[in-house]
Amino acid sequence: MGLPLMMERSSNNNNNNVVELSRVAVSDTHGEDSPYFAGWKAYDENPYDESHNPSGVIQMGLAENQVSFDLLETYLEKKNPEGSMWGTKGAPGFRENALFQDYHGLKTFRQAMASFMEQIRGGKARFDPDRIVLTAGATAANELLTFILADPNDALLVPTPYYPGFDRDLRWRTGVKIVPIHCDSSNHFQITPEALESAYQTARDANIRVRGVLITNPSNPLGATVQKKVLEDLLDFCVRKNIHLVSDEIYSGSVFHASEFTSVAEIVENIDDVSVKERVHIVYSLSKDLGLPGFRVGTIYSYNDNVVRTARRMSSFTLVSSQTQHMLASMLSDEEFTEKYIRINRERLRRRYETIVEGLKKAGIECLKGNAGLFCWMNLGFLLEKKTKDGELQLWDVILKELKLNISPGSSCHCSEVGWFRVCFANMSENTLEIALKRIHEFMDRRRRKEKMIN
Amino acid sequence: MKQLSTKVTSNAHGQDSSYFLGWEEYEKNPYNEIKNPNGIIQMGLAENQLCFDLIETWLAKNPDAAGLKKDGQSIFKELALFQDYHGLPEFKKALAEFMEEIRGNRVTFDPSKIVLAAGSTSANETLMFCLAEPGDAFLLPTPYYPGFDRDLKWRTGAEIVPIHCSSSNGFQITESALQQAYQQAQKLDLKVKGVLVTNPSNPLGTMLTRRELNLLVDFISSKNIHLISDEIYSGTVFGFEQFVSVMDVLKDKNLENSEVSKRVHVVYSLSKDLGLPGFRVGAIYSNDEMVVSAATKMSSFGLVSSQTQYLLSALLSDKKFTSTYLNENQKRLKIRQKQLVSGLEAAGVTCLKSNAGLFCWVDMRHLLDTNTFEAELELWKKIVYEVKLNISPGSSCHCTEPGWFRVCFANMSEDTLDLAMKRLKEYVESTDSRRVISKSSHERIKSLRKRTVSNWVFRVSWTDRVPDER
Repeated sequence: MGLPLMMERSSNNNNNNVVELSRVAVSDTHGEDSPYFAGWKAYDENPYDESHNPSGVIQMGLAENQVSFDLLETYLEKKNPEGSMWGTKGAPGFRENALFQDYHGLKTFRQAMASFMEQIRGGKARFDPDRIVLTAGATAANELLTFILADPNDALLVPTPYYPGFDRDLRWRTGVKIVPIHCDSSNHFQITPEALESAYQTARDANIRVRGVLITNPSNPLGATVQKKVLEDLLDFCVRKNIHLVSDEIYSGSVFHASEFTSVAEIVENIDDVSVKERVHIVYSLSKDLGLPGFRVGTIYSYNDNVVRTARRMSSFTLVSSQTQHMLASMLSDEEFTEKYIRINRERLRRRYETIVEGLKKAGIECLKGNAGLFCWMNLGFLLEKKTKDGELQLWDVILKELKLNISPGSSCHCSEVGWFRVCFANMSENTLEIALKRIHEFMDRRRRKEKMIN
Repeated sequence: MKQLSTKVTSNAHGQDSSYFLGWEEYEKNPYNEIKNPNGIIQMGLAENQLCFDLIETWLAKNPDAAGLKKDGQSIFKELALFQDYHGLPEFKKALAEFMEEIRGNRVTFDPSKIVLAAGSTSANETLMFCLAEPGDAFLLPTPYYPGFDRDLKWRTGAEIVPIHCSSSNGFQITESALQQAYQQAQKLDLKVKGVLVTNPSNPLGTMLTRRELNLLVDFISSKNIHLISDEIYSGTVFGFEQFVSVMDVLKDKNLENSEVSKRVHVVYSLSKDLGLPGFRVGAIYSNDEMVVSAATKMSSFGLVSSQTQYLLSALLSDKKFTSTYLNENQKRLKIRQKQLVSGLEAAGVTCLKSNAGLFCWVDMRHLLDTNTFEAELELWKKIVYEVKLNISPGSSCHCTEPGWFRVCFANMSEDTLDLAMKRLKEYVESTDSRRVISKSSHERIKSLRKRTVSNWVFRVSWTDRVPDER
């Protein structure tokens, strides 16, 4: 990527010592050359619009939650009808807020986040506001934790398939490696003790020091919660190997039935042994459950005092705008509102999920049984001409070019089984979802007819 | 083995330095006009609190901007979803124009070369990640902002090698100091990747002269390295002379589209000029498209809240507001600085002649028991605990001469500043009398004369300072 430009420069310069950019700057570990991002380009060039461009590309590769904005807008309108968030006539509230850059974060906001996280878990775990460290999004939180828990060339074990962004977030500037814990459909992609051991051994064989396991619960891209037993096994494993456990729970409020989610916080709640608790860290964000990715609100919750202290200091590089903290503090601490929001949001997501899964079933397509998130994990293995990564990408390309649907191929999520795709359903209107399903139906019909003709 | 990374155990976060310890003392006993009139007055925080009324008035007249509305219609959803690391186009345009306005519209800034970051703290670190490998070095003139030790080195693994500046010439950067620093880096086996300057300077409160800027551009050109110019105080220039940016110098030397210009990067922020540190708005400006590209991707780790970008794009697009603000800000800072300088003089204390910033670089060498940093720390402790003023000791800024302190003036009311100066005067007078009583008459006369002489010498050295060339 960088080389041609650098050579150009040296020919213009008599001095052959061209100053280079850092390896980090010129590497492609940011991962932006993968198909995950290429599909977005196709969408940007020809975006679907109900009235203006009905045959455009429908974006189903973006895990956004657009189903519950009305609830937020109504609340904010009621709270601040004049639009001023700092009280009437702008006065003292504004300057205090504008000056507030304390990396501890606004106390009222931290308390609100703690209470919100407790509500999502149905009160089954308590969160101490003083253990909450705020960061500009979960992207920053994950990178920050990695800087704290691992040194360059160490590794984190991450179950596959995983969110493509982790390749950048966990590895790029930190120099830390990801060693995959291979999961497959034989047991619904759950993490097994054998897979854990195997991943650990792979790292050791390559002389790589493992510092922790990082899971996403509920999982992206699977759209399913991690079972309690698996969590307990994971914690045991981490204790035995004396490593950390990071649980990215940014989709916790998107579980369709609250009772089906077990947070690692619940497991740790009943443990007194500090040496066990101290290795557990939780990442959260308002980008998915509340649909506010633009506001950059993420958090690290750690049971380890040293991690909290260090994370707080490091958060200087990625503080949440005090304006945003101020606006969201009262909303999130309004328990009546948040209870209603969480309940209705879950319900709407569940209905969306059922719509898409039913629609796909009618077209002869199966999905992994999911219970959370903003997407489903669809199995198109049976459609592959070649059961290889190339075959999968070919199919992805057909879906993008012919059906004009941008979905995410499993290979971009490092899935070890080919043919799986992540399909988002919460970032569009119900009508658009119907149109997408229609296009899939028609595609499958055409295929069936073609096959009949061949036979 | 569950332990944490070496970044945790290292203290490169710098939080054990006195710079931060003074804050802790202040937190325990903060001054309040009514509730705690004997508390510690915070003079160690470079905040600009002088022009909030202007922004508040604007907000009251433009409720849509903070209300997430456009022409009365809610754009909540659009903003809530907007996380594009290229930033809100209206905001980058307004920011580019604001930066141009601060520089008298003599140079242009292309919005597509701006990368947004969560404050200049984030911008500086990101630039380090882009330009330096772990173990590479950047040269920085001393004294410098204590936060750089953390921002530039902590997570990046980069090193700082100081360019020593002294009071003999008003702490200006000289060619020999630059060369010496470069050689020192080589001796330490460190690859020098660039020079980083803050212009106007923190903690000096002075603008870099054109001579220094020319020197710097020539230096990085010949050594084939980068130059980062942190210009976050560019809007606080209140002196008679205009602010000269490194961009001005590139233009005047006809280097605007040259290879050298690709190695010059400017850092900006709204934390000082506009007094909005809580909103986390910083920016990197670079002519190198690879730097812009890499830094843009890295900004994912520190994006500016879309809500904040929207508010500020409206504020900064209002040219009537920006020109009034910049003018008023200048006026008020000048008055405040004068108040501090005369208050110090009444206490027999002088400072470096300043023309920018939110602080003065104060000379308390004559108050030291000995010409050592231990004595400086002792004096600082007395000032914090007895005089109840939190000021920043020069050693925390890596100053090579003991006895200098940074004193902020824009983060408190006029009355509070008056009180602070009164306390200082009382302290100096009491120590003078204590000194006189405890010393022999011979030494008494000698020390009195020494103090008077040093003040006089200092005044002479001001005028000896090379005048700014246009």
